[in-house]
Amino acid sequence: MLAFILRRLVQSVAVLLVVGLVSFFLFRYVGDPINGMVGQDTPASEREALKQKLGLNDPAPVQFLHFIGNAAQGWFGLSYRTSEPVNRMILERLPATLELSLCAALFALLIGLPMGVYTGLYPRHWSSRALQAVSLLGVSLPTFVIGILLILVFSVMLRWLPSFGRGETVNIGWWSTGFLRWKGIEALIMPAITLGLFQLTLIMRLVRSEMLEVMRTDYIKFARARGLTNRAINFGHALKNTLVPVITITGLQLGSIIAFSVVTETVFAWPGVGQLFIQSVQFVDIPVMAAYLMLIGLLFVLINLAVDLLYFAVDPRLRGGGLARSGGH
Amino acid sequence: MAQWIARAADSDIWWSFKSSATTVIAAAVTLLIIVVAFLSPVLAPHTPFDPSSLSLSDGLKPPVFVGDDGDWSFPLGTDDQGRDVLSSIMYGTRLSLEVGFASVVVAMLLGITLGLFSGYFGGAVDSVIMRIADVQLTFPAILVALLIDGIVRGILTSQRHDEIAVFVIVGAIGLSFWVQYARTVRGSVLVEKNKEYVQAARVIGLSPVLIMFRHVLPNVTGPVLVIATINLGLAIITEATLSFLGVGLPSTQPSLGTLIRLGNELLQSGEWWITLFPSITLAALVLAVNLLGDWLRDALNPKLR
Repeated sequence: MLAFILRRLVQSVAVLLVVGLVSFFLFRYVGDPINGMVGQDTPASEREALKQKLGLNDPAPVQFLHFIGNAAQGWFGLSYRTSEPVNRMILERLPATLELSLCAALFALLIGLPMGVYTGLYPRHWSSRALQAVSLLGVSLPTFVIGILLILVFSVMLRWLPSFGRGETVNIGWWSTGFLRWKGIEALIMPAITLGLFQLTLIMRLVRSEMLEVMRTDYIKFARARGLTNRAINFGHALKNTLVPVITITGLQLGSIIAFSVVTETVFAWPGVGQLFIQSVQFVDIPVMAAYLMLIGLLFVLINLAVDLLYFAVDPRLRGGGLARSGGH
Repeated sequence: MAQWIARAADSDIWWSFKSSATTVIAAAVTLLIIVVAFLSPVLAPHTPFDPSSLSLSDGLKPPVFVGDDGDWSFPLGTDDQGRDVLSSIMYGTRLSLEVGFASVVVAMLLGITLGLFSGYFGGAVDSVIMRIADVQLTFPAILVALLIDGIVRGILTSQRHDEIAVFVIVGAIGLSFWVQYARTVRGSVLVEKNKEYVQAARVIGLSPVLIMFRHVLPNVTGPVLVIATINLGLAIITEATLSFLGVGLPSTQPSLGTLIRLGNELLQSGEWWITLFPSITLAALVLAVNLLGDWLRDALNPKLR
């Protein structure tokens, strides 16, 4: 087990280094770092001096090490657009995105899992068929269309929920939370549903097909023959054995939720890192793009690691030493 | 020809197609949308993106079936510039389909080529290609596409970028979806390359490129076709999302996503038809294509027969 975790750690670091390399190339060669710091009429000699001072004349590998070293300490330079430090811009907006993603993930999991179990246990019931048909719609509707439809119905027509922003937030240290005010929670409802709906349908369809498969196996028949209650069979035996793929997909989806918040945040003018990223793509604000890339890379690697560790908790076969699967994608 | 049709009508695929009502409807809807979109210069009542044909006095008319302000020459209403929503949708759908098809082709060509090389040569070539694929899979395709678009914007001026926006988007989406093809093709090539016909081809001295494309490729096309159909829906959604975010096609060349973005700005003031009708068209198109993809995947899977 230790060897497995070590190997995954080494792989994670390798992935992060490659992502860092891409970020570095973006940072160094796509935009001109000097142009972002000086005025248009700065003489060439001053630019050269600044270049020397910032180490931009060093050989590329040295610069790369420097970049990685700074990144590890959270320093990504100044934004070309606002001239603020990139790390502060991202930190200010991170709570908004994390709270939204957390709510969306909980929504997807807490509703998708029971729906999947139900439609898997009673596949022929009319309500299961209806849910299955609706889920196909959920997979086919683009996220932003769902958001627009929700705004049209609940903000424009019914006027129940706000259509943009975070409502009211409370600051706890540097973390601004929307959970402590009714206005903040109200503002969270539609974005969280929009962001979580795709994942909900995905989890539901996955759990359903896994349940259908497990219910056909011999050990379920045997459990029935032993006279166990339906509840013990459905949840103790069947559901538990569907969990490994469900954890993998859910974990990977958590990463996608954070990435897809780019779209939801744009629809609802949600002041998070996704919105910041879109603005920086439009303004070619390279330092912010590079930092966002590193942040998402780090999150994905951490989530993948957590998923791998969860396997050990869920699947006793893995604890026995012999590794049947190496996890990952 | 007649013989060929008879063979097709007798095949398993045709039978499985006929016996699924959902699939037949999905195919009909897809076909209808494609035909109407590509005939839009003939069928559309207006030419919405020719500025000389627009009149601001036609602006913001509601659809004919709502209220009394409707005008039968603009059945689905008009936007703030006086553009006919129905005609915009027809032209926009054509652009969405073109970008979708083109980016699937780019992803497929790139993925097949890299997958063939990776599987056939193995060794260092294989490791390099597959590690790139691993890292790319760490990020969702939409982020990769956004990033590529951002890089191109950094290199080009914004006016130049608008001129070639279609190509940038096709390239960006194509580059973000190649991994799946490459992995599938590589897997099949690993199986195929030890078979006798490949060894025979090698013995008579054919070049590796010829063996890969003429002999191995035809034997791995089934799974590739299935991925392509399923990815067509995804590519259309990705393009629409990018355009909606304002980094895709410009408003002078609007796809469905651009139309939804432009309409979304007027949603709050109650002009819902400008954004709702393109959204419905997009959802119907993607749903129909996805249903076809699901059916094709099951129909070509011998395990399910």
